Amino acid sequence: MTIANVAVGTEEHSATLRRRRIRSVLFHTFVLAVTAVVLYPALWMFMSSLKPTSDIVGNVSLLPENASLDNFFKALEGIGGVSFWTFFWNSMILAVLSVVGIALSSSVTAYAFARIDFPGRRVWFALMIGTLLLPFHVVIIPQYIIFNNLGLVNTFVPLLIGKFLAAEAFFVFLMVQFMRNLPRELDEAARIDGAGHVRIFTAIMLPLMKPALATASIFAFIWNWNDFLGPLLYLKDPDRYTLPIALRLFVDQTSTSDYGAQMAMAVLALIPVLLFFMVFQRYLVGGVATTGLKG
Amino acid sequence: MTLTERMTRTGGPATAPPSAATKRRRAAETRAGYAFLAPWLLGFFALTAGPMLASLFLAFTNYNLFAPPSWVGLGNFQTLLHDPRFAQSVKVTVAYVLVGTPVKLIAALAVAMLLNNRRRGQGLYRSAFYAPSLIGASVSIAIVWKAMFIDRGIVDQIGQFFGIGWGGWVGNPTMTMPMFILLTAWQFGAPMVIFLAGLKQVPAELYEAASVDGAGPVRKFLMITLPMISPVLFFNLLLETIHAFQIFASAFIISGGTGGPAGSTLFYTLYLYLRGFQDFRMGYAAAMAWLLVVVVGIITLIFFRSSRSWVYYRGEAE
Repeated sequence: MTIANVAVGTEEHSATLRRRRIRSVLFHTFVLAVTAVVLYPALWMFMSSLKPTSDIVGNVSLLPENASLDNFFKALEGIGGVSFWTFFWNSMILAVLSVVGIALSSSVTAYAFARIDFPGRRVWFALMIGTLLLPFHVVIIPQYIIFNNLGLVNTFVPLLIGKFLAAEAFFVFLMVQFMRNLPRELDEAARIDGAGHVRIFTAIMLPLMKPALATASIFAFIWNWNDFLGPLLYLKDPDRYTLPIALRLFVDQTSTSDYGAQMAMAVLALIPVLLFFMVFQRYLVGGVATTGLKG
Repeated sequence: MTLTERMTRTGGPATAPPSAATKRRRAAETRAGYAFLAPWLLGFFALTAGPMLASLFLAFTNYNLFAPPSWVGLGNFQTLLHDPRFAQSVKVTVAYVLVGTPVKLIAALAVAMLLNNRRRGQGLYRSAFYAPSLIGASVSIAIVWKAMFIDRGIVDQIGQFFGIGWGGWVGNPTMTMPMFILLTAWQFGAPMVIFLAGLKQVPAELYEAASVDGAGPVRKFLMITLPMISPVLFFNLLLETIHAFQIFASAFIISGGTGGPAGSTLFYTLYLYLRGFQDFRMGYAAAMAWLLVVVVGIITLIFFRSSRSWVYYRGEAE
């Protein structure tokens, strides 16, 4: 390519320059068009949350003519005497405890798979990968029956226990992949110094695993914040509801008419997720690219 | 990059004949291994394997949570065969998987190839396009989607502007499926990021050599790009297909938990939920769940079997 460049005359050179510029313009037009399509629904949601319902339906304009925060005040009032902030805190408690449980249990499990040699490891690993592909609907009915018999329906226990037992294979897998890329020499050196697995795990692996722990935590937070089926099954009283379940109740109760308030509540429910995304997007997108797994 | 590769990599090194000291060390390793694995093992048996077996048992019973289960043999499966709502849920789900997944993956690959040409600004676009994958399955987005597609909603207005009288899509049984396919296609970002990672691995020399030989862009795509990214294509296709079978929250919210209008959004998992947790026909729902597991298992098997003939791993060829 470089030899060819030296050989071309000035005329040909300006022609390639022009062609390059046209291609650049085409590229940017295309990418901007895709961006517009991708961002439009989110933008529409934000704009609609500032409009009265009468301006959302039967109106094409994106920008609100008389922007007001009335919808947000209505959404913050909550539903059936339960404040919005109750739902918010329920969601927050569940999401944060899920993050803690997943980070702890998945890293411990991943250490066993990635760093300890023991009989049966291959079989357990294959089973773990199998659960990654298993439609979880097959376990929800017996799980519900068990938790119902234990009197744990309408508590957070059924929603959290799996997180502390590394039941979500995605996170174990993500950490196994990361740990395998850490140099083995580190463990061996620590071994020679007389460190056991617990020491190696806590003093060497965990500090090195910060990027993987960060990626896992961000995914865990967002997924659990958005989770719908779990809370739908297990939370019965409105004062235990998480935001997604409250949102569904809100939609049912406001009949179909009050789209403005619905949009405001949808926005409020997404704000933590969007903040997380904006702050940590590098970890997230990088995590997807390197582990080859997705959200 | 792929599951098959990763699964085969777990094997430990070959073992030499053991002395007493190595035997002792190996016993200690085994103890440590199972100690670290204990939480996962507990979860695996109590929350996955055990419930799966229980589910298999329930599939052959009638159970409503209040009276003890009564054995009905293949009764649930026979009822399934003659249940028009079940047939409808299969039809809806299969249509969604067969159309939605290819549409989403084609969009993902097209945008990935577009972005792969340029390095500048790629990170920003990559993040922006990825965002819908994170929030797409949330209740918030389902509500937004519904509001966009109602009568006289924004999509209806755009249609009228172009002289297309498609009206609102939410209430029209023939238009609900396109609405859900647009919703899944909107989330093309996650597979796109994986495609981009795969495209970066394709050696530029291959394209240069093909250019010298006079290959055009279509030939280059078919002969170089597709074979070289076949591992990520395989991975995306498998995972997106399995995920598509399990769509739930959006269907629940958009149809108000009914699967309507006219059963056009009665996705498989939604019908399973309605049977199990609204009608409390838990045996019936368990039978449906196991059918789903078997179908997904067969599809996974077919994918892995067929991958031998169309997925190309660079490591193997050398």
